[in-house]
Amino acid sequence: MLTILFDGIAYGMLLFILAVGLAVTMGLMNFINLAHGAFAMVGGYITVLLMQRLDVPFLLCLPLVFIGVALLGAVLERTLYRPMYAKPHLDQVLFSIGLTFMTVASMDYFMGSSQQMIHLPPWLKGRTELGEGAWMLGMGHYRLFIIVVCAALTVGLQYVLARTRFGSRLRASVDDQRVAAGLGINVNVVFLSTFAVGSGLAGLGGALGAEVLGLDPTFPLKFMIYFLIVVAVGGTSSITGPLLAALLLGIADVAGKYYIPKLGAFIVYGLMIVILIWRPQGLFVRQGGKS
Amino acid sequence: MMTPHDALLNRRRWRWWEPVLWLLALAVPWLLPSHSLIVNEIAIVALFALSLDLVLGYTGIVSLGHAAFLGMGAYAAALFAKLVMPDPLVGLLFGIGVATLLGALCSFTIMRGSDLTRLMVTLGVALILMELANKLDWLTGGADGLQGVVMGPLLGRFEFDLQGQTAAWYSLSVLILLFALARRLVNSPFGATLTAIRDNRLRAMAIGIPVTSRLAVVYAVAAALAGAAGALLAQTTGFASIDVFEFHRSADVMLLLVIGGTGWLYGGVAGAVVFKLMQDLISSITPQYWTFWIGLFLVVLVLVGRQRLMRPWTWFTRGGGRKA
Repeated sequence: MLTILFDGIAYGMLLFILAVGLAVTMGLMNFINLAHGAFAMVGGYITVLLMQRLDVPFLLCLPLVFIGVALLGAVLERTLYRPMYAKPHLDQVLFSIGLTFMTVASMDYFMGSSQQMIHLPPWLKGRTELGEGAWMLGMGHYRLFIIVVCAALTVGLQYVLARTRFGSRLRASVDDQRVAAGLGINVNVVFLSTFAVGSGLAGLGGALGAEVLGLDPTFPLKFMIYFLIVVAVGGTSSITGPLLAALLLGIADVAGKYYIPKLGAFIVYGLMIVILIWRPQGLFVRQGGKS
Repeated sequence: MMTPHDALLNRRRWRWWEPVLWLLALAVPWLLPSHSLIVNEIAIVALFALSLDLVLGYTGIVSLGHAAFLGMGAYAAALFAKLVMPDPLVGLLFGIGVATLLGALCSFTIMRGSDLTRLMVTLGVALILMELANKLDWLTGGADGLQGVVMGPLLGRFEFDLQGQTAAWYSLSVLILLFALARRLVNSPFGATLTAIRDNRLRAMAIGIPVTSRLAVVYAVAAALAGAAGALLAQTTGFASIDVFEFHRSADVMLLLVIGGTGWLYGGVAGAVVFKLMQDLISSITPQYWTFWIGLFLVVLVLVGRQRLMRPWTWFTRGGGRKA
């Protein structure tokens, strides 16, 4: 049972890293970006290419992927996304679905439609077991690694958001864009860097998750709904909301698939619908922000 | 002086080209019998788009899970034909009824929240239904789909032929009938209140429009139309698979509605024709990667502006193409 909890937490952490960029950009620009999963997939494929073609060690890949996808995100934000901010939601949905379709088809074209494998270094492959019987806790080393990395990232993000000058500018822009701009904050630069970091994190998540979630060209479509659940349930005004939502989702999904495999995905979707009907703005809403 | 009553009456009147258009459509399976299958497909997709137009174009609810109703209609009609009786018309009515019920139930989920919430909830409903169709394999055949649906002759006289002529006429007639009903609906005072809700919900509430019940009714009606489309799909292909609940169905129908133009009943029909022909053409050139071109088209469409794409003369004037 603890093992399931552990796997669920690892899964949830991964989802959080994948989705946090989406949560911030959605809260910031009120932009519905269904193409977020595409960034994650690009991250995964960059890892695969680096490791297979260039023999870059796995640990070095991760920062490279982060930087690569963040640059890609910055370029796209400047060229394609910025004109979209002021458009109605329907346009944004169509635009990002179009972008997703394009990524899926071109990945299929360049990389083939088969599942890609990532060869983990040997020290991440083992599994440690603690305790006995029903309370046995089996920890895959790779999952442990994911939890550690994601936890470190979360703490780092929270620190940046809460303690630094950039963080307070970001929060100010989320709360009220116009007033923030009036106070001399360069909102465009804040947007650009946030979008870049958010997509970089998604790329990192894709690289980390390639082993756990599987990586093939349909990745953005398969996991889009999960990212959106995290954001919709967690709310977009803080990062604790999406974190809790991601953990809840991860644990519910893993436990549901383990205990009641017949019900499969019902639990997750059902839970989401109930929560959204009960609290349409998400579970954790901070008061005072501009809605 | 034109009163609102006159304005509605005026819009309701059929233009001369409308019957001509539909008669031409009816003539196509007769003139080009070898293209009957695609005519049938277009008619079904047009009906589906019409249904989404009621929700999205006229009422302003962004839904990414409209395939839920299509699938419900398809499975209901297929199961009805298999288990109860093979008559297509009764099956069609049954499919519509089941989808309407589902729509009425689901209308509770779209009342509150922002666009994002609605997007998620509608998508979630479609996904849950897909899981259901997948898991209840004793009833629905699971991932293999529901096979062996044999339809009886239409009106007890016209057999469904392999070439699809009967199917095309059947779908077209249902489309025309339901189109006329939808046309009547949106040009009634009821339809006018829907547009009011779309344009400004708060103000609509303030002038005494019962927003909640209007939303519920239009959602159920749209579900009925989508259910009819699903039932036609299942009956004319003799097959229902979980593919009908897939996300790409909902995304495609939204895309083609946007191509044709929202908030205009012919938008769905025009979009369906363009989309299906385009799909046919592109996928005959590159069968595997045609989603790439669709994606590119969407991106360009939105960047240029949806309203401007149909008006090429506004492409080079900045911001001038937007209607106030």
